[in-house]
Amino acid sequence: MSRIGTIARRTFLIGSAAIAGGVAFGIYKLNETPENPLTPGTGEAALNPFIFLDQTGVTIITPRAEMGQGVHTTLAALAAEELDLDWQDVRVLHGPPAAAYYNNAMVGGLLPFKEYQMTGWQHMMAGQLDKAGKFLSLQVTGGSTSMRDGFDRLREAGASARETLKLAASDRLGVAAASLRTESGRVIAPDGTSIAYGELAEAAAQIVPPTVTLRDPSQWRYLGQSMPRLDQVAKATGTAQFGIDTRMEGMKFATIRQNPQRAAMSSFDASAAETMPGVEKIIALETGVAVVASNTWLAFQAADAIDITWAPAPYPTDQDAIWAAIEDSFDTEPNSTLRHDGNLVDLPEEATLVEAEYRMPFLAHATMEPMNATALFTGDALQVTCGNQSPVMVRDKCAEATGLTPDQVTVQTTIMGGGFGRRGDVDYAVLAAQVAQQMPGTPIQLTWTREEDMTQDFYRPAAIGRFRGAVQDGKVLALDGKIAGPSVNASAMPRWTGMEASGPDKIHVEGAYDQPYAIPNYRIAGHLTDLGIPLGYWRSVGASVTAFLHETFIDELALAAGRDPLDLRLELMRDEHPPSAACLEKVAEMSGWTGQTPDGIGRGVAFSFSFGTPVAQVVEVAQTDAGIRINKVWVACDVGLALDPSIVRAQMMSGVIFGLSAAAMGEITFADGAVEQQNFYDYDALRMHTAPAVEVAILENKTHLSGAGEPGTPPSMPALGNALFDLTGTRARSLPLMHSFDLLM
Amino acid sequence: MTIALTVNGHPHQVDLPDDVPLLWVLRDTLGLTGTKFGCGVSACGACTVHIDGEAVRSCQVALGDVWGDVTTIEAQGTPDALSILQKAWVDHQVAQCGYCQSGQIMQAAALLAETPSPSDEDIDTAMAGNLCRCGTYPRIRAAIHDAAAKMSEV
Ligand code: FES
Ligand code: FES
Repeated sequence: MSRIGTIARRTFLIGSAAIAGGVAFGIYKLNETPENPLTPGTGEAALNPFIFLDQTGVTIITPRAEMGQGVHTTLAALAAEELDLDWQDVRVLHGPPAAAYYNNAMVGGLLPFKEYQMTGWQHMMAGQLDKAGKFLSLQVTGGSTSMRDGFDRLREAGASARETLKLAASDRLGVAAASLRTESGRVIAPDGTSIAYGELAEAAAQIVPPTVTLRDPSQWRYLGQSMPRLDQVAKATGTAQFGIDTRMEGMKFATIRQNPQRAAMSSFDASAAETMPGVEKIIALETGVAVVASNTWLAFQAADAIDITWAPAPYPTDQDAIWAAIEDSFDTEPNSTLRHDGNLVDLPEEATLVEAEYRMPFLAHATMEPMNATALFTGDALQVTCGNQSPVMVRDKCAEATGLTPDQVTVQTTIMGGGFGRRGDVDYAVLAAQVAQQMPGTPIQLTWTREEDMTQDFYRPAAIGRFRGAVQDGKVLALDGKIAGPSVNASAMPRWTGMEASGPDKIHVEGAYDQPYAIPNYRIAGHLTDLGIPLGYWRSVGASVTAFLHETFIDELALAAGRDPLDLRLELMRDEHPPSAACLEKVAEMSGWTGQTPDGIGRGVAFSFSFGTPVAQVVEVAQTDAGIRINKVWVACDVGLALDPSIVRAQMMSGVIFGLSAAAMGEITFADGAVEQQNFYDYDALRMHTAPAVEVAILENKTHLSGAGEPGTPPSMPALGNALFDLTGTRARSLPLMHSFDLLM
Repeated sequence: MTIALTVNGHPHQVDLPDDVPLLWVLRDTLGLTGTKFGCGVSACGACTVHIDGEAVRSCQVALGDVWGDVTTIEAQGTPDALSILQKAWVDHQVAQCGYCQSGQIMQAAALLAETPSPSDEDIDTAMAGNLCRCGTYPRIRAAIHDAAAKMSEV
C-alpha cells in the first residue's frame, strides 16, 4: 500500500472520536471551527483539518472528492501556494467524513435570488446561510461549489500552517519568527540554516496557530496557472485506485439484482444459482438479492439464474402515462413563479404571438465506473471504501442500515470513475454494508452490472415546457414560460435528509427564471408532478432541463422578430448583466458569427447562466453523406477567477460533450414499470468520431468566483438544436434529437 | 483443472471455469486492476487489452479462448517509466475521471503500432469503440497525434 494509503488507513481508521488534546487546531476562529478529525501519530501533526504533516513532508487533505473535475489539483494548489511547497512534493488525500469538511458554498445557492442580480447584502445573506452547511455536516461535492468553498479555506489552511511552522522553527533556532521565511517545504533562517517542515511536525503541533493574512494575488505562483494535474500519471498507467479497484485480504466479490420497478422483492428462487461455480452465499435484501462469489463475473452469472418476483412499480408504468401525468400538472396551481415582471395579460394586439411546447426526457448518469462499494463488517465496526460525493451520508446511512452508531463506521473515499451527481446518493454503499453484515469478517466488494447501474439510477427528471411570447418591431415584448415535471428535490430531499421538500422549488425552474434578459413582461412558473419515480441531481441539475426550453424559445422569438438570434440576445443582456453580454460578444468573435451560413452548414447560439457562471456557446453542424455531424463548439465563459485555466477549459469541454451527448441521444423511458435502456448500446454518448472540436475562452469580468464543472452543459443542448434549425429549417422541440434528425452515429 | 495464461510476460495457472471472461481473470484473480469494467458487452472499450499485439475487448474473450500473450496497461509503462504514448497523455492532461483511459491508451497503442502516423479519420475509426463519459476526446486526439510525431523521431 502506498505511503499515502498508510496515512489514510491509520489516520482514518482511528476515527473522528479519538482526538488527542493538543494537536487539534481550528483554522480561522478556533472556537467556532469543528474539531479536527485527523489523528496524527508520533512525529506527525495535523496543523488543521487540511494540512497533515509527518517526517516525510506535507499531505493536503481535501474536503472535496475527485471525480474527474480536477478538484484535488486546484484545492492542493490553494494550500501549496501559501505553504510554499514545491509542486512535485504536493500530495493529496480525501478527508474522512467530518464536520470540518462541510461545504460552505452550497446552502446559500438554495436562495431564490437571481444570482446575476445579487447585491452585496444578498451575497452576504447567502454567505450566512452557507454556514448552515456546517451544522448539517454537508460534506458534499456538487453544485459546482468546490472552488467557491475552498478558495479562502485552503489558502488559510496553508498560510496558518506556514506561520505555525515558522513559530516552531523560531523556538528551535532561537531567532525571531519574523526573520524566517519559507521555501520548498522548508523554514529558512537568515543565516541560511533550513529545517524541513516534517522535522518541525511535533513541535508545531503544540503551537496555537497565529492569525494570518493571505498573500496578494500578485504574489501567486500556482494560482491562475495551468498546473500539471496530480492525477495524470496514475490515470495514464492504470495505477489510479478507483473504488472498484479496492482489493483486501480474503475479499469476496458480489453483485445484486434489485427490483427494476423500484419496489420491494416479493419472493425468489435461487436453487439453480446456489450450485453454480464460485458461488459462496445468496443474500436476500428488501429490494433484491445479492450473490457473493469468488469472482465478480461468476456472481453476475449466478444472479442471472435467480428467479425473482417483484412487487409492482409505485408510479405510472409506461411512458405515455408518465407524459399524461406531467401534462395534467399544467392544470394545477404553480409551485413557484420566481420571475414575474411586467404584465403578461394586456399585450398589444399588433404584436406577433409565438407559442411552443418542448419535451425533455428522463436521463441516466451512466458514470463510466459502475456503482460499487467495498465493505468489511466486524460486529462492532464497519469499514466502507467507495467513491462518493457525500462521505458523511455514506457513514450515517451505512450505520443506520447495519444498526451501528456513526462513530463505528469508517469511510474511505476513493477517486471516482465519474460522478455527475449519481454518487451523491449512497444506495450502493448501503447495499454493500448490508451484504457485508451477513458475512462478518469477510470484506465484500459489491459491483453492479452496467444493466443494474442503468436501471437503478436516480434519474434526471423529464419535463414539458409550454412557452408563449410576443414580439413587435423587432423587439421582444413578452416571454411567459411554464415548466411542468417531477421535482428532483421532492424525490431526493427525503432520501438525503429525511425531510420533505417544501416551498417554491428553485431547482425546478433554475436556468429559466434567473437568466439575465431584460424582457419587460417576463414570467416563469414551475408546476410539479407527483410521480414517484426516483430522481437525482444530474450535472447542471435544473438548468439541464430548462436551458433547452428557454434558449430554444429565445431563438423562436428572434425568428419571429426577424432578428439575428445572437444580436437579439446581446441587446436584451447588455445592460442587464454586462459580463454575460461579454461572453456572447466573445463567442461571436471566436466563431466569426455573421448570422449567415453556407449550404450544408448550420450554426446555433445559446446562453445560460448557471452556478454563478455565464456561458455562451456557438455550435456548428455539417451535413455529411453519413448524417449530420457536430463539427465544432465555441465556448466563452466567465468564472470570475480561473484558478487553473487548463482545468476550467477541460471542464467546459467535458460539460459541452456531456450535454451534446444527452441532446443527441440520451433518453430513459419506462415500460411495464421498468427502465427500458440497459447498457451503452441503447444509452450511448458521443464518441471520438461524433464529438466536436471544442474551443474555450475564459473571461474574468465577474466579481465573484464561480464554478466550472456544470455550467458548460446547459447551453450546449439548445445551441445544437438551434444549429439544426439553421441547417434544416426544422425546429428541435423535443430531445433526444436522434429521433427527429439524421444525426451521424 | 487449471488454465495457463501469459500476461505481461509472466506465466500464470488460473483455476477458474473456462468461460470466465479474461477481464475478470485479470481483475479479480490476478489483481491487475488497471483494466476496467465498463459494460461487459463490448460497448465501451474500457476493458481493452492486447492479445499478441491486437487490441481486444477482454470482457468478450473467454479464458479458455485466449489465443496468445496478453498485454495490459500495466505493461505499457510505469509511473516512473512512462511510454511515449503515456507521456503524451500526461502532457496533454487528457484524463478527467480517468476510468476509460486504460482502454483508450491500449486502443491507441494498437492503432499506432499499425498506423504510425494516423489521420483524424484513422483515429475516428480506431477509437470509435472507446467511450469516454467525461468527453475527453479532443485531448485524446491531440495526444495520439503528438505521440505519433514523437515516436517517428526515435
Ligand atoms: S467492459 Fe468490455 S467493452 Fe465495455
Ligand atoms: S475520463 Fe472519465 S470516462 Fe473518460
